[in-house]
Amino acid sequence: MIEAKGLTKDYGPNRAVDSVSFEIERGDVVGLLGPNGSGKTTIMRMLTGFFGPTAGRCRVAGIDVSEDPVGARRRIGYLPERVSLYPDMSVRTYLGFVGRVRELGGRLPTLLEEAMAAAGLSHMGGRQIGKLSLGYRQRVGLAQAIIHKPEVLILDEPTAGLDPRQIVEIRSLIRQLAGQATVLMSTHILPEVSVTCRRVLILDHGRLVADDTAEGLTARTMGQGRVLVRVQGAAAAELTALVGGLETVSAVEQASEQAGVVSVVVAVSGADAGGAIARAVGQRGWPLVEISPAVMSLEDLFVEILEKGPGGGAP
Amino acid sequence: MTRVGALLVKELRSFFASPLVYFVTGVFLALSGYYFYTDLNALITFGCGENIVEHLWQRVYNDVVKVLITAIPLITMRVYSEEKALGTIELLYTAPLRDGEILAAKFLAVMAVFTVMIAATALYPAMIYAIQPFEVSHLVAVYAGVLLLTAAMVMIGVFISSLTSTQLIAAMFTYGVILLLWNLSWNEAAVPGDLLGFISQVCAFDHFEPFARGVIDLKDVAYFVALTVLAGFLTMRSMESRQWRGRR
Repeated sequence: MIEAKGLTKDYGPNRAVDSVSFEIERGDVVGLLGPNGSGKTTIMRMLTGFFGPTAGRCRVAGIDVSEDPVGARRRIGYLPERVSLYPDMSVRTYLGFVGRVRELGGRLPTLLEEAMAAAGLSHMGGRQIGKLSLGYRQRVGLAQAIIHKPEVLILDEPTAGLDPRQIVEIRSLIRQLAGQATVLMSTHILPEVSVTCRRVLILDHGRLVADDTAEGLTARTMGQGRVLVRVQGAAAAELTALVGGLETVSAVEQASEQAGVVSVVVAVSGADAGGAIARAVGQRGWPLVEISPAVMSLEDLFVEILEKGPGGGAP
Repeated sequence: MTRVGALLVKELRSFFASPLVYFVTGVFLALSGYYFYTDLNALITFGCGENIVEHLWQRVYNDVVKVLITAIPLITMRVYSEEKALGTIELLYTAPLRDGEILAAKFLAVMAVFTVMIAATALYPAMIYAIQPFEVSHLVAVYAGVLLLTAAMVMIGVFISSLTSTQLIAAMFTYGVILLLWNLSWNEAAVPGDLLGFISQVCAFDHFEPFARGVIDLKDVAYFVALTVLAGFLTMRSMESRQWRGRR
């Protein structure tokens, strides 16, 4: 449904996106994950025909976007990163304008009501957009993206700037929409993709560094055989020596000390590694502050992916 | 409704939703009326028996155009700048619309506003006509000239608006360009003789003057059409600059 081949974009001397290729099947929900400035928005803008690629091609719903940008845009619903709407229009006026630009004709009244209902806006039709909360404006943005029942939905950071309750609402809205369209959404928040997406593309500095299932990614981040141990009253060197000497611990990866609490991240193998560590620490009489599966930050994940080489599946 | 029509309606709606258009129109009509009154009075008092209806239009419409030129940047400044500042331009660029269609709708919307404003000035000749009917062909030429000049200046303003997301910068820059274009040849004495011919070819005033006298010359029509087309072409290039600038 979405196909990118060697997609490259240069802004003057800067390469924002570097020969990115991927294919997304019909009905899939795919997350585009990467830190700010990694090229997520640039890829989405090429897919929506906002601008063309410097090199490479992309096809959306079987249409080459460079050859027929207007035809491709007809089949795409797009929510740009910043909620950008006309503040002086009412919700209904704005969606009516979008529907007429999309030439929905006689179907407009029905589709408009359906889009408002799907986005949870049915009671807000008369409200002026400029006076809506950020969460409701995001809903209006989603409503304009789905009003024409597009085959492909491209959402750029749909939950950015929302409060936790609104994030949950928008996520469940996206999951509902996923049944009807192929969805590509971007985010720089790690947990977001595991909640919403089935497959994840990871970008770094404009390059595609990983293409994984959400489960695979979760396994990588949720301490794939790694344990965080925090202990009070011990020196970093002592703790490293103690846990490093255990049979179930294969390596001590990080050690740090803050306000009298020493933290180490260890790679473990075998069952009950955590128990063995806890017992060993207890025998020394050091109070155990925390022992838990190590959760990697997005930055750590990138480091790991880059070390293992691009395109690597779950280890 | 076609997609261009939908965009045109949206543009017009946003013009008339803001108070600016009403103020600009009000001041424009007040000043135009003042000039009509004083030009008519001057001609009656000091005209020394000149045919009033023959000479009045040239004076009045030169003054009307002067006021019109000060109004144009205030209306064109928001056309692209506002959408660039709000970010709404991205939705237009990703809607099933060609760049040319976006430009056409925006240009036609501004022209609709000015056509209404300019049409309102027909009240003055209509009053004269009620007292003393006259040959209207002169006035047809005058209005053709005013509309052609407005189209060219509006397109210049639209182009400049497409360069910036700050409305006031667009307005000031537009004033600079269209005022210079309007009175480029006014200081003839300061221009070397061989350059004067070229400068008066480029000067908008020199091309409007024949219309004001009731003469439609193809050369003058071509000048304003060429200016409009050139500014339109530059606007299209400016819209395409998102290709390499990577921004809205």
